[in-house]
Amino acid sequence: MNLTLKVWRQENRKASGRMETYHAKDIPQEASFLEMLDIVNERIISDGGDPIHFDHDCREGICGMCSLTINGIPHGPKRATTTCQLHMRHFQDGETIWIEPFHAKAFPVLKDLIVDRTAFDRVIEAGGFISVRAGSAVDANAIPIPKQDADLAFEAAACIGCGACVAACKNASAMLFVSAKASHLNHLPQGEPEKTRRVLSMVARMDSEGFGNCTNQYECVAVCPKSIPADNIAKLNRDYALATMKEALL
Amino acid sequence: MKSFTRTIGSFWNSSIGKKILVALTGIALLLFLPAHLAGNLLVFAGPDALNEYGVWLHELGHGTAIWFARLGLLSAFIIHLILTVQLTAANRAARTDYAYPSTVQASRSSRSMMWSGLTILAFIIYHLLHFTLRVGNDYDGESYQTTLPGHQEKVHNVYKMMIDGFSWTPASIFYLIAVTLLCSHLSHGFASVFQTLGVRSSKTSALSGKLGWAYAIIIWLGFVSIPIAIWIFGYGS
Ligand code: FES
Repeated sequence: MNLTLKVWRQENRKASGRMETYHAKDIPQEASFLEMLDIVNERIISDGGDPIHFDHDCREGICGMCSLTINGIPHGPKRATTTCQLHMRHFQDGETIWIEPFHAKAFPVLKDLIVDRTAFDRVIEAGGFISVRAGSAVDANAIPIPKQDADLAFEAAACIGCGACVAACKNASAMLFVSAKASHLNHLPQGEPEKTRRVLSMVARMDSEGFGNCTNQYECVAVCPKSIPADNIAKLNRDYALATMKEALL
Repeated sequence: MKSFTRTIGSFWNSSIGKKILVALTGIALLLFLPAHLAGNLLVFAGPDALNEYGVWLHELGHGTAIWFARLGLLSAFIIHLILTVQLTAANRAARTDYAYPSTVQASRSSRSMMWSGLTILAFIIYHLLHFTLRVGNDYDGESYQTTLPGHQEKVHNVYKMMIDGFSWTPASIFYLIAVTLLCSHLSHGFASVFQTLGVRSSKTSALSGKLGWAYAIIIWLGFVSIPIAIWIFGYGS
């Protein structure tokens, strides 16, 4: 298939970016979106040009490294699918495809389609962990956990931290990511001892990183490759109110 | 461990804290609207019913109740306004625009909350100047005093004020626009309260969305019926 690509090119963090047009000819339908870009890049390189830089790693939909906002939608048109798992058969021959980075002020562009998502790492450092004694591992299933809680924790833990939620949000809010990471631990007895501190400091970090505020529009849920539900956001709101009361009164 | 005041300070400054306060003040306003509407609908029960209600409202708790209500509503309204303006400014600052913007499922109402809200603000300012402070009209004058069975002294003629107020076309048009945008604002606001206060889940999200629309439409129908009756069908003239 033949495609016209409009691609965001940006020299470095400081430079201003612009959309550039590329003609991608003879792209096999069975290529993944990233393979399509690989083909385009090979041609750019053999013509002596600077290839289009983009993030990727596993190409299996599990690492959260790939990104790209395709026709305005992070990870492209197919629901619950990462860009690396998106295939060209979902596009029409002759189509024009707009490819932009995961835009947000908290995700500055490093080069072309690569953005700096370390703000997420700093949110995790603030409280997305549990403190355990090092040493021999605890027996599995030593602590009984109700099936329902385990399932909810697992559902939240499926978040791969790709940042599509932020990229899709009209307010560049990180609530879906932060709430998934917080509820993953808050649902479990292992996360209980540090729950108050976790919730307060993760939210404080999220705010100071310059993410916006959730206005309950659920664009994040619609684009999330792992279909993390907005219930986690409700839970974080609730946990935050309770944590504040606990901290203020007890 | 932070002190009480510092914890409350961080809450007020945090994104979730602000939103919870927006939701709580929103609830106060959501509760006020049906009460206000019920009072207004008394216009259809005739002059005496509406005027009697006006007197009752002003005399409740020896005239103190109305002031508590006014102060409460005003503070809820101001907090709601200041916080949403702050949140919106932060949201604009956080977003980098796309060359190819797209929306997957965010509703039109949710995307126009600031505009619907500011129109409602403009309407409320007009409404308070018009009916509460009675600026630029003679609603405080002799011609708006009337007799009421069971009262020795003359009482304020709320009924006539309402009929005359809606007989002026520009006011009725502004009112209809404001109430329609209010309906849109409420549809998103009502459902959002559940999410922001953390009591929404996948099991209840469809229900809260429907309840939001049902509430908004009932409020809209109620408020719109009054000018339509007076202005279009000449009720009360
Ligand atoms: S490259 Fe790992 S999820 Fe796409």
